[in-house]
This record gives sequence, C-alpha cells and structure tokens, in this order.
Amino acid sequence: MAINNSNKSKLIYTFLAWTIGGLIFFPILWTLITSFKTEAEAISSSPSLFMFDWTLENYADVLSRSPYFTHFWNSIVISLGSSILGLLIAIPAAWSMAFVQTKRTKNLLMWMLSTKMLPPVGVLIPIYLVFRDFGLLDTKLGLVIVMTLINLPIMVWMLYTYFREIPNEILEASRMDGATIGEEIFHVLLPIALPGIASTLLLNVILAWNEAFWTLILTAANAAPLTAFIASYSSPEGLFYAKLSAASAMAIVPILILGWFSQKQLVRGLSFGAVK
Amino acid sequence: MGSITLKQVTKSFGDVNVIKPIDLEIRDGEFIVFVGPSGCGKSTLLRMIAGLEDTTSGCIDIDGQDATHTPPAKRGLAMVFQSYALYPHMSVRNNIAFPLKRAKVSEDEIEKKIANAAKILNLGDYLDRKPGQLSGGQRQRVAIGRAIVRQPSAFLFDEPLSNLDASLRVNMRLEISELHKSLATTMIYVTHDQVEAMTMADRIAVFNAGIIEQVGTPLELYNKPVNKFVAGFIGSPKMNFIDVDYDPTACLGVRPEHLEISRDKGMWAGKVGVIEHLGSETFLHVQVENCGTFTVKAGGDCDVNYGESIYLSVAPEKILHFDAAGITLSKDQTSGLTAVG
Repeated sequence: MAINNSNKSKLIYTFLAWTIGGLIFFPILWTLITSFKTEAEAISSSPSLFMFDWTLENYADVLSRSPYFTHFWNSIVISLGSSILGLLIAIPAAWSMAFVQTKRTKNLLMWMLSTKMLPPVGVLIPIYLVFRDFGLLDTKLGLVIVMTLINLPIMVWMLYTYFREIPNEILEASRMDGATIGEEIFHVLLPIALPGIASTLLLNVILAWNEAFWTLILTAANAAPLTAFIASYSSPEGLFYAKLSAASAMAIVPILILGWFSQKQLVRGLSFGAVK
Repeated sequence: MGSITLKQVTKSFGDVNVIKPIDLEIRDGEFIVFVGPSGCGKSTLLRMIAGLEDTTSGCIDIDGQDATHTPPAKRGLAMVFQSYALYPHMSVRNNIAFPLKRAKVSEDEIEKKIANAAKILNLGDYLDRKPGQLSGGQRQRVAIGRAIVRQPSAFLFDEPLSNLDASLRVNMRLEISELHKSLATTMIYVTHDQVEAMTMADRIAVFNAGIIEQVGTPLELYNKPVNKFVAGFIGSPKMNFIDVDYDPTACLGVRPEHLEISRDKGMWAGKVGVIEHLGSETFLHVQVENCGTFTVKAGGDCDVNYGESIYLSVAPEKILHFDAAGITLSKDQTSGLTAVG
C-alpha cells in the first residue's frame, strides 16, 4: 500500500514537473517552430504545431539581410568581456567582504544589492550623457562597462556566498606559510572556489547575453549585439513573425547550448549556501 | 632561537576585553601549554602571537625583536590548526611544499625537506594523495609536516588533537612530545584538556577570563596551585571543595586521590552514591551531610557498595586552604587549624 502511494505521488510530481517545464519551454518551442514556417503560415488564424511545409528561407533571409556574425561576435565580446572584467573586480571585493569583515560589510552588501532594485530607466539619462561625452556610445567597450556595472552586485554576492563556505583557517594557514595576499587568493582561494567562480561566470555570461535594455539604447550599428539584431526585426514596416523567430532562434541557440551543458554547474552555483 | 616575550599584551573586541594585560616569558626550546576553559582567551592569545589577530595594546617580542605589528608570514612561526587547515586541492606533497615555495627554496632542497618530513611523520606512502583521502590522524601529521619543513623558531598548536578520537589522541600526544624532544624547538600548545597539558608541558599557563592565573611546571600547579581556580582546573577528577568558616580559611580543598575510605571512623561520614569502575581505579561519589558530594578516587579493588555508609579522611598536610577571595593560604597562615567538617 505504502509503495503504491509513493508511486502515485511520484507520478503526480513527475506529471506536474513536465507540465510546468513544458509551459516554460513553450514560447521557445513556438519561436523555433515558427522560424521554419512561411510568413503566411506564421500569422495563420489556425496555426499548426508540426503539420506545415518546413522551410529554411527565413534563416536565409535573415542572414542575407543582417550581419548576423557581427552581432554574434559583439554579443560574445560584451558578455564574456563584462563577465571577466566583473570577476576581476568581484573576486577581491568578495574576498575582503568574506574574510576581512567589518561591522559595515553587511550594510555594504545590502546597498550593492539595492542598486539592482532601482529601475534601470531611472539612470538612463545620466548614463546616456556620460557615454555621449566620453565617446562610448555604440562601442563594445561602453557596453562591457555598463554590463559589468549592472551585474557586479550579483557577482559579488554569489562569490561572497561561495567564499563564506571556505574555512578561514585555510587562508590563515597560507598566511602563516608566508603567502602574500595575492598568493593567498591565486594559490589557495581561487582553486578551492573554482566551481563557484565558474558558475558565477556562466550566469553572468547568460545575463549579459540576454540583456536588452541598455544594449538597445546605447548601440546603433557598430556594437549592436544579438538582442539589437532581434529587435531590428520588429520594424515600422510591420512585424514579420517568421523572420523575427528565425532571428530570435539564432540569438538564443548559442546560449541555450551553453546553458544545457553547464546546467549542473549553474544549479549548484545558484543553490549554493541554501542547500548544503 | 625561539624565545617569545609578552609585555602587557591586551586584546579587545569592541568594548569586550578578551585579553587583560598579560606578561609572559616563553623560553627558547620550551614546551608551554596554554590551558583553560572555553572562552578564556587562550586561543586568542595564540593567534595574537601568530599575528592572525591584532594586538590592542602591549608588545610581543620574538627573539628579542618587537614583532607586535609584523605580518604572520614574517614572524618565523608555524601554526597547526584544530581543523588541520590543509589545502584540499593540493596533494600531501604540495601541501608540505607550499611554505617552501613561498620562501623560494630550490626544487632540490624542497624534495629533500619533504622526504625528511615524510620520514619523521610516516607519510611516505601518502605523498601523492589529497587531504580528503586521508584519515584524521594522517591529516594532522601532514599539518605538522607543513609546519616542520619551515624550520620555524616556534610552533603554535591550536587544539590540534580535538578532532581526533580518544586512542589516536593519545598516540598523537606522544608523537608531538617526541617531536619536541627531537627538534628542541619552542612549542606553544593550546588545549582545554588538562590531561594533555599535564602530560606534554614543560610549563603550563592556566587561563581564566582573559588573564593567566598561574604559570608553572605541571607538578607545581598540581601541588601548589595559587588559587581555587587552578586547584580545581588541574587534576582529574576535580578537587573537592568544602566551605568552612575558620578565619582566614573560607574553603578547604581535598584532591579525590588523597581521600581515604574507612568503614569505622574518619573526618567525614557519608553515603556512597554512584560508583564508577575503571578497572585500575574506582571513582566514588559520596554524599556527605552539610558538605555536598565528594569525589573519591580509590583503587580498582574497592569493594564498597551503593548506599553504604562510610567515613572519609585525609592527611592534614594534603589539605589546601583558600581564603574568601579563593587565594591559597600558606601553611603558616593556617597553622593550628584542623580540618574537620
């Protein structure tokens, strides 16, 4: 009886999990399928999920109309660049907050997090003006700086949580063994915290890759990443669903693959500290 | 060289003074044990000597040089932590080599020193393993190995045996004592276990609430404790205290091993409570009217039974007298008094 009951609840949970997973994945599936339809089928009033004439012409159109690979390259530079720059700043910051705590450390962490609660549009004008005056508009460097600043609080928090799990005594031992602060961080802290650093890096690559507010506002042609490339398909001439879907698919597939292969690392990174 | 002198050293965390002004001279080559209850400041003082905690005021001299504000790496001391604090991502070999690499010692020299440490500590078979693949005792040996290759002027041990099981603890205690004999280097050893303190130390410093109550050889502390706290802390089982009112004596102290049992007569009449048989010896808990419970250490063949009425007595010269403030009174101060409850 007990086995039957547990089997039944297992079945219900599995069904629920698949349903929720399916609901979350549906928009992506819809985008992927629509990208293989003709424009007419895409806006048909009785859309078909799989029974239609599959075509690659949207992809061909998109590739011929826009410099996809330039946008792709811009996305890589901006997301990787901002994540690496962010790590370079966040690692020493998190080290000091985790191991050289003062009574204001907690407040500082909360203040950093609070900047994430501010609507980005609140600082739109000042940032735009600063970028204009420093000649950073429509440059990859400008976007790397903005993405770094936006994601820095999350990076510091994630690394801080990771570092807190490392016994202070190990770092003290390295200090007793004659290590300088740099050696302590490079030879002891970073190798031990490598899984945490990897998941912080991955998460930030994904966040920066998907960021659409600042990339749309601060870029035009030169530094536009894939988010701007997708947006360019919602044009004044009308909405071309099939082409928009093809562009979206080309923009999300790389990060989807990265996410798929690193999901174990990501889940561990996000749940670290919460579940030990 | 490895002499360490503490002059009026204090430590405060905010308004809390965890170390009140302390003066202590640790001689070169000496094995000194800091002992005391939890939270008495012994570990904090050790960490201050190591340089891992700032010194609020006072002066720490190492080999005659003021090292109060010297960073830990420059003090020439090595520390063994309670949690071993090995580098989990490095092999045993690299753990031991780490301090040598930091000191830019040549590869050949590093290999030689690792081989030597591995021989002393029986680690030869484990050099390529990671700390996670070692038992507690082996990990502690690696931690000691990492300390000895540096040839420090003094070793600092922060409760290094607390995480080991009882039998391993006895073995490691012996190994550390032997290591001290063979290296003849100053060792400062922190523990809350007075048996460790008594068996290993040349001298013991008994800590209580941020001050040192007494410094002396194990037998000095056992035979001539300066106050009630030291008398109670040193010795196992704990000394029995009997409140009395013979000015200036306010309290008498009798060690369990000095009490004699008789069925006919004695200084105190009592009823036997719990009996603990340890084989070679027996601990009796005897309820004495108006005096509370006495702990008595008797021989292994002691044949008294639970609930039996017995008498306890002690040779007068074995009784310690304390005044109202808990300070031990000298024989002259107490002559003429008789110890009868």
